[in-house]
Amino acid sequence: MATEVIMPKVDMDMATGKISKWHVAEGDAVKKGAPLFEIETDKAAMEIDAPADGVIRNISAAEGAIVPVGTAVAFIYAPGEAVTQVSKPVDQSQPATRPDAGKNSGSLAVPASGYFRATPLAKRLARQSGVSLKDVSGSGPRGRIVMADVKAAVVKPLQVLPQHDMVPVDSMRRTIAQRLTRSKQTIPHFYLTVTCDLTNLLNIRESLNAKAPLGSDKSALWKLSINDFVIKALALSLKQTPEANATWTDDFIQRHHASDVGVAVAIAGGLMTPVVRSAETKTLSQISTEVKDLAARARSRKLLPSEYQGGTTAISNLGMYGIEEFTAIINPPHATILAVGAAIENFVAVNGQPVLRSQMKCTLSCDHRVVDGAVGAKLLQAFRSFIEEPALMLA
Amino acid sequence: MMAKKSNQRPFHKEFSAEQQLEAFRRMCVIRRFEETAEDSYMRGLTHGTMHLSIGQEASAVGATMGLRKTDYITSTHRGHGHCIGKGADPKLMLAEFFGKEEGYCRGRGGSMHIADIESGNLGANGIVAGGIPIAVGAALAIKKQKRDDVALCFFGDGATNEGAFHESLNMAAIWRLPVIFVCENNKYGMSVSTERSMAVANVADRASAYNMPGVMVDGNRIEDVSEAVSEATARARRGDGPTLIECKTYRTRGHSRSDRNRYRTKEEIEDWKLRDPITLFEAELLAHGIATQAEIAGIHASVATEMVAGLEFAQNGTDPSPEFLTRDVYTPGAAP
Amino acid sequence: MSRELSFAQAIQEALATAMEADERVFIMGEDIGVYGGAFQVTGDLVHRFGEDRVMDTPISELGAAGVAVGAALAGSRPILEFQFSDFATLAMEQIVNQAAKLRFMLGGKVSVPLVMRLPCGSGTGAAAQHSQSLEAWLAHVPGLKVVQPSTPHDAKGLLLAAIDDPDPVMIFEHKLLYKIKGDVPEEAYRVPIGKAAIRREGRDVTIVATAIMVHRALEAAEVLAGEGIEVEVIDLRSLRPLDKETIIASVMKTSRLACVYEGVKTLGIGAEISAMIAESEAFDFLDAPILRLGGAEVPIPYNPVLEKAAVPQMENIVEQVRNLARGKI
Repeated sequence: MATEVIMPKVDMDMATGKISKWHVAEGDAVKKGAPLFEIETDKAAMEIDAPADGVIRNISAAEGAIVPVGTAVAFIYAPGEAVTQVSKPVDQSQPATRPDAGKNSGSLAVPASGYFRATPLAKRLARQSGVSLKDVSGSGPRGRIVMADVKAAVVKPLQVLPQHDMVPVDSMRRTIAQRLTRSKQTIPHFYLTVTCDLTNLLNIRESLNAKAPLGSDKSALWKLSINDFVIKALALSLKQTPEANATWTDDFIQRHHASDVGVAVAIAGGLMTPVVRSAETKTLSQISTEVKDLAARARSRKLLPSEYQGGTTAISNLGMYGIEEFTAIINPPHATILAVGAAIENFVAVNGQPVLRSQMKCTLSCDHRVVDGAVGAKLLQAFRSFIEEPALMLA
Repeated sequence: MMAKKSNQRPFHKEFSAEQQLEAFRRMCVIRRFEETAEDSYMRGLTHGTMHLSIGQEASAVGATMGLRKTDYITSTHRGHGHCIGKGADPKLMLAEFFGKEEGYCRGRGGSMHIADIESGNLGANGIVAGGIPIAVGAALAIKKQKRDDVALCFFGDGATNEGAFHESLNMAAIWRLPVIFVCENNKYGMSVSTERSMAVANVADRASAYNMPGVMVDGNRIEDVSEAVSEATARARRGDGPTLIECKTYRTRGHSRSDRNRYRTKEEIEDWKLRDPITLFEAELLAHGIATQAEIAGIHASVATEMVAGLEFAQNGTDPSPEFLTRDVYTPGAAP
Repeated sequence: MSRELSFAQAIQEALATAMEADERVFIMGEDIGVYGGAFQVTGDLVHRFGEDRVMDTPISELGAAGVAVGAALAGSRPILEFQFSDFATLAMEQIVNQAAKLRFMLGGKVSVPLVMRLPCGSGTGAAAQHSQSLEAWLAHVPGLKVVQPSTPHDAKGLLLAAIDDPDPVMIFEHKLLYKIKGDVPEEAYRVPIGKAAIRREGRDVTIVATAIMVHRALEAAEVLAGEGIEVEVIDLRSLRPLDKETIIASVMKTSRLACVYEGVKTLGIGAEISAMIAESEAFDFLDAPILRLGGAEVPIPYNPVLEKAAVPQMENIVEQVRNLARGKI
């Protein structure tokens, strides 16, 4: 009996998945657990592994096809087993139909060359935006292309408006847009800014990095960044200010026990915020190593949903771009986000004399529904003391 | 000069010599109009069919000559005579027959729908019995408006087998409306004779079912028709209700131009031609000294000239523009 | 001043208003006098205006229609009540050949200011010959105007507009609506013939409905709103002339169209609206097939379960419009 390979549901609201890449071809031998294909969901790309050993057959959804969750996209046969399933190839323009629509049509229609089942609105939009319907996957019954499918497939500049490019909105971009719009529109933000003196922090970082043990390849096992200190400091500050380590829901306030700190990572086409769980319990070197790994996998879009969902706060650091000070938008379910600026040398008055000091401005965005001004100020005060006296983090 | 006939009938007392001559002239106009129309059709100058009433001129003119302009008539598919009797201008009728803007219906109606509301002609009708309830409605309006006008309703023998005929006579009777129902019984509903289509011998017999007078007259004698209609009109104006008059007559032409006369004999047609209503009236006018031979000849000649001029007028008329195809479906200003 | 009246009372008020204002106006029909009309629409008008202006006719639909045409031609303003719209089939000759065509046939030289009122529709257990919805038949005929109010307000306003109108107007009154109540202004206002009304705004699907179906569509829209589907409900009000602009604009907004009507689905008003949209600039905005919910291809049955099954119900509208909105058809 052949084993079905289905489009798995990997996210709560996922109704369809897009096959972005097949790692195997018709007739290849596969091992259980080996990657078969990659899918792209609203949030991330994900590899789907073979559910059994055997030979892959009846691949019915091509790369680019959008397939409803639960639909078989291929079968794995035991070596020597007769191929019984009828192959139903589905190309990019003709993804697998919904199961209910398939019943009506009796079979999955493959379009004759040059003919594409599409609504008038979809055709019109395709015409206006210079999209060929053969490049569009239809999500309607019998593979009918509807307006939304064309919008998703727009890749060429609008012919009627040649003075600008039409960049397609991918699912990550759309998710970012929706989440941030909702956040900024529904969360009453307020902002608190402090200036932190980095003199002690930079000294300690230098000495810790100098003493980092070497691995088998003779390279240092860690190289702490200022941001690693910031993550640890914010996590400990939340521990001291539990009122701020919270999430607003309409019915109650969730108080979190751990400080799960999201770290905004810029990636091609957008950003991801992988989460350092219970950062208050981790050492600086643990944090440093973990952030490097998460950031690398975010950039290659290999994060698991569990690695970027949730969290209780976040850090956005634009210091490496020389940004001195900015404000950030809270990423729900967080109650705060810390916008971290660059380390800048300033003259400050010490005993009436100008002294050159490294300083860093940090702005905390607070959700006023759960974090009042005094609470936010207390949190930021604690944060500054950890940054200015890093030894306190050991206390 | 012939001696005047002495036994004068009410017809000759009611109408002056001028009125009688005008009635004669109208009968001649009807005849000449229809011959002109027939000729134009046969020459391929017009495209629509027509229903000729040649042989029925006495009932058309006899029934209408005593009416006022404010009285109404409704007519039939064989209605040229009724229109001319009620005072229509044959020149404008010919223009309609030629489908011209100058025609009574601006070329939209053709031969079967000539109407002239100004002169009280509510229209010929292409539907057998179509005009009968309309005449009753017009009479109802007259009564509501407290006028002493009447509505005179022409129809053929075939129409009396339609439900609308019976419903209309019943309503006119129960509401005592000023209607004169004038049946021109020309013996055939297209090809089916009255003997084959009616359970009673005479249309007039049907009046008893609606408790109104049923009068039967020689439809080829204008005096007979006119006298019966005058009495019915007076009765209607008095508020005493409707009358059914049956004019026994005959169409000497076919039902329409495509009729090959398979349902009747040549002899029957020839017999009726001997009783031609124009010839009969002409003899009466001469006998009563109302007109001389020369005057009669003069009328025939002037009518012939009038029709030649009318034909020329019609042929030179303006063809309607397709641009205005739908213009007259609804009244301007109201929602289209 | 506005107060609550039933649909039937609103019509009666319009009849009384018109007869008071214009002595040319009279009403005629079967059993509309002392009986008060089969659906008590004329009520006691005969006592207020007399038998000359509230005329009982014999059971002669064809003759009565012809009488109304003749009276209209001769300067009266008749309002003819058919006891059931089904009985208008007996009078088709006068309605279709005479009333509708006289003006045109006579080169635009006359008008036929005739109003016909026709109780229509199923739901009363009156079976096949007393329950039909023939409005689309009549709307096929140039020269007639065909309207179908769905509210007491429109019943009065459309009737007064029809009485003002110089051309023949047929008002199809759904029998199930006679008892519904609604606000009706006291003054003599008009609802323009040929203008549809948007009863509910929405962005996802346009429903064009007539008569009782407007109410069912609005109930369905409420249910669907709970599922996140925002339905725009257009009350057609006038089948001829058809308010193309309102429908086209709505479809261009929602990209999805459902026509809901009680008349038999095939060759009904939904067919006309669908074809009209397919011919219009809205075609290029369609993002789904057009949906028609009409009466079943059957005479209206007597048995109440069958009778209900023969015409669209609220639940059918919810189900089918949901499928339309969700891209399942």
